[in-house]
Amino acid sequence: MSKVLIVAEAAGGKLNLTTAKAVTCAQAIGGEIDLAVFTAEANGIADEAAAISGVTRVLRVVHPENAAVRAATLAPQIVALAGNGYTHVLAAGSTTGKDVMPRVAALLGVPQISDIMAVQGPHEFDRPIYAGNTITHVKTDGSHIVVGTVRSASFATASSGDGSAPIEDAAIAVELPTHTKLLDVTTDTGDRPDLQTASRVVSGGRGVGSEENFKIVYDFADKIGAAVGASRAAVDSGYCPNDMQVGQTGKIIAPELYIAFGISGAIQHLAGIKDAGCIVAINSDENAPIFEVADLGLVGDLFKVIPELEAALG
Amino acid sequence: MKILVPIKRVVDYNVRIRVKSDGSGVDLNGVKMSVNPFDEIAMEEALRLREAGVASEVVPLTIGTAKAEDQLRTCLAMGGDRALHVVTDAEIQPLQAARILAELAKREEAGLVLMGKQAIDDDNGQTPQMLAALLGWPQATFASEVKIADGKARVHREVDSGIESLEISLPAVISADLRLNEPRFIKLPDIMKAKRKPLDKLELSEFDIAVPTVEIVKTSPPPTRAAGRMVKEVSELVAVLKDKGLI
Amino acid sequence: MTDEREVMEFDVVIVGAGPAGLACAIRLKQLNDELNVCVLEKGAIVGAHSLAGAVIEPQALDQLLPNWRDNPPEMCVPVTRDEVHMMSATGSFKFPITPPQMNNHGNFIVSLGALTAKMAEAAEELGVEVYPGFPAREALFNDAGAVIGVRTGDMGVDRDGKPKDSYTQGMDLHAKLTVFSEGCRGSCTKQLIKKFELDKDADPQTYGIGIKELWQVPEGRSEAGLVMHTMGWPLDSSTYGGSFVYHMDENRIAVGFVIGLDYSDPDLEPFEKFQDFKNHPKIKALLEGGEIISYGARAISDGGWQSLPKTEMPGALLIGDTAGLLNLPKIKGVHQALKSGMLAAEHIHETACSSAGYDAKLRESAVGKELKKVRNFRPAFHWGLWLGVLISALETVTLGLLPWTLKNHADHAQLKKRDPAKPRPTKAERSLAPRDRLAAVYFAATEHDEDQPVHLQVADTDICVSQCAEEYGNPCTRFCPAGVYEIVEEEAGKRLQINAANCVHCKTCDIKDPYQIINWVTPEGGSGPNYQLM
Repeated sequence: MSKVLIVAEAAGGKLNLTTAKAVTCAQAIGGEIDLAVFTAEANGIADEAAAISGVTRVLRVVHPENAAVRAATLAPQIVALAGNGYTHVLAAGSTTGKDVMPRVAALLGVPQISDIMAVQGPHEFDRPIYAGNTITHVKTDGSHIVVGTVRSASFATASSGDGSAPIEDAAIAVELPTHTKLLDVTTDTGDRPDLQTASRVVSGGRGVGSEENFKIVYDFADKIGAAVGASRAAVDSGYCPNDMQVGQTGKIIAPELYIAFGISGAIQHLAGIKDAGCIVAINSDENAPIFEVADLGLVGDLFKVIPELEAALG
Repeated sequence: MKILVPIKRVVDYNVRIRVKSDGSGVDLNGVKMSVNPFDEIAMEEALRLREAGVASEVVPLTIGTAKAEDQLRTCLAMGGDRALHVVTDAEIQPLQAARILAELAKREEAGLVLMGKQAIDDDNGQTPQMLAALLGWPQATFASEVKIADGKARVHREVDSGIESLEISLPAVISADLRLNEPRFIKLPDIMKAKRKPLDKLELSEFDIAVPTVEIVKTSPPPTRAAGRMVKEVSELVAVLKDKGLI
Repeated sequence: MTDEREVMEFDVVIVGAGPAGLACAIRLKQLNDELNVCVLEKGAIVGAHSLAGAVIEPQALDQLLPNWRDNPPEMCVPVTRDEVHMMSATGSFKFPITPPQMNNHGNFIVSLGALTAKMAEAAEELGVEVYPGFPAREALFNDAGAVIGVRTGDMGVDRDGKPKDSYTQGMDLHAKLTVFSEGCRGSCTKQLIKKFELDKDADPQTYGIGIKELWQVPEGRSEAGLVMHTMGWPLDSSTYGGSFVYHMDENRIAVGFVIGLDYSDPDLEPFEKFQDFKNHPKIKALLEGGEIISYGARAISDGGWQSLPKTEMPGALLIGDTAGLLNLPKIKGVHQALKSGMLAAEHIHETACSSAGYDAKLRESAVGKELKKVRNFRPAFHWGLWLGVLISALETVTLGLLPWTLKNHADHAQLKKRDPAKPRPTKAERSLAPRDRLAAVYFAATEHDEDQPVHLQVADTDICVSQCAEEYGNPCTRFCPAGVYEIVEEEAGKRLQINAANCVHCKTCDIKDPYQIINWVTPEGGSGPNYQLM
């Protein structure tokens, strides 16, 4: 039977949501699921981890070096834990997970499965290659531990609050390297979330009509805490800057919610949102190609729809 | 200081990827091959470090087919001093590549390995970190700024929460992210000069790459999205979104 | 920006790595290994911008690269059978015999892109410097007015023409002789024809637009080696054109459509006619359930003998389709391109890099004779399909020996003003991809950095929204096969939107624009389509 170790990730003293998605992935593998929380001092993160349903136990590793998360110091601790009979070690496919897990795999002398998007068996997984334009089904040798990162967009968040896994303190006796120092982290100070990583994105197309009109899109985005994108047609028409372009030649994004206002949905645009969770399209042209891929479509004038949406959302 | 820049020959990012109908892989007939774009950025950064007097030599290297020499020549045309080519037709996986690179980094007594954060074909994003682990060196992945002084590198890393600033001692492995720089355009005379720069060919058998590997069972095109449901009213739209917990 | 431009010196600089340019380069090095020969190519790789049917006659290739059959290009199939069909909206009629010029026994179906890629390898092995990604922006002249080389395009210039951080100035390539092999309607050639009045004794050049798709079809649909051509539907009898359907190996079929750009109806959309054709029951049966691999379009010269400009000028030569050497009745230009390139090489070798005398040699050669023989074929269709078929048949049986030569007329002047009362044409019912031009362009894998000057220079966009909208209803939005031109209605009024990033470098706009105010220039090097097996 499988025994999965998940490296929990926290930010600002809170457990990261992506950890609960990794738990869902682990559930698909089956067996016991342990969450490892690496902290500098005892705090509430382990309790949060224990509350996720499906978690067998939480291992708390307290070490002063864990005050600053770095691959170089985290990896030896994970490797030490992994030696306790685990068949799988997983982490979310966040920048932290992507940074540390290959280091773990190399220290364990095994390959890594990056961006697991589906579990086909304890040692068989689907993962995207070529920027998601191809899916490959891969298999590891069952004789060794599986190291992998979990693609957050592919798994639902395991429910939280109903679990009550025991929390155990795990002592680790490894020497940690001193060659890497975290100086500081500057969080994005912009008012609006980053387009590339936002969980909600609102986009405008040629249908918005002008740079001035785009204000209505920005305002709506701010109202729901979304990032703002645009189609190439809108960018080419000078309604918004180049770096807002979503699509084949712009940004390729995978938000949970994507709302497209006045975007026809050319194949080039769709290439940039094919991994979005839910696509909502509002367009006055009922034949617009975007309706062929939208999860929710509404034929209508965006200048009427947006105020109604704002009103309905309070 | 010598900088090694491992590069990979990949399908150009403008090429439309098409999966072969028998699921055996991607159709590469007649498609443009290029230096992996992140590696090209790493190459540019290495050259800027040399031009700033921080590095003395920039050595691009690759593990790949005989044709990968084209991409090494591109790096030499950008300004690389000499190149190393481990020639093989075999599919080399990240851990194997890291083993080869670790050996070469030792042989070459490299002070820094600068490489792309991932190759845009397999999208693994593993080799730099694995290389650092095997060498016991520090790593700074997803770099958007690199400054080197007094045997240390200060690197800005693009992380989910923003920009992280890391100080690492050298030798080290740094992996380049998209915003690190904009690579230079190559000039015609430099392409001609690059043809005469030294390029050493190495045999794969010189390296120990006996490690477990991942088996590729099959490849398939991504699932296509189907049309969802049309709603008539904004109120209906909001109700569905709320129901799905999206708003 | 400094005036200190870098200069490189060569014996011969060749502009365009198509069949003509590469044949010239290869032959030059075969004749004299010492020559310093450079080939510039605007595409990102050799073959990326090459598009043709293509059925080729192999004799010229046999002569140039005798061993080419031992290591043939990817996707190269001997022709086994020819068919010619007359189409109607619902059915088709197969001609019992194939006209002699359309008999392809002994010929090969190839991808021109794959062929030129192979030729480039052969050229490099002989020591030719082949530089893809470097377009020749303009020809350079000395004080005496002779061509002394070309200037490559600047890289890293923003949309407003200002240098970006990555700005890299283009350089000058000087040569004892410069050979232009840019393909149909070359941008440097256009400059040279004007400067040297190379066309003053010729009729205006005439053109066609060819649109092509490569399909992967379900097992059992493709009969490798079958060459099929059609006439008739969906074109009316006053519009010249027809289709080709070439069956390749590995369940691949190339399907394409050529329309004479002398068409008169401003509402005609070549792209839509092609899509109509594909959805004809006979063609749809081949493609349905398959997958489109590649899409592309390219103008071809079809003026032939009467329109042939003078192909030499001080310091430079024209070869291949930029000179207009395509043989229309055969619908083939590759062998003409190869032969003219080889002929040019021999001339350059014999004269130690002089241009003088090449034009006469070309006209007297097999290349010229072939064009002269069929000179009345295309203009006959000016009077419509049926008279055209009749006259061209007469010309064919008399081997072109009849004493007359029919005239060619400039394509852009053939467009009739739009009758506002006339409804827009309807499209046939369709189910095959691509759904529209924007979707089609996706399969051309065309790419231009969007932060660069628009390479489709429209001299006066006011004409577009006023005079042209009224007179012709903006035909640019219809003849462009890549959706580059759009008329956008905004609060401030109508305006022309040029989606330059979609451009597939076919040159149709430069040719057909009725006011001749569109000038196609080379974009940043490496931009444009990335054709796969076209």
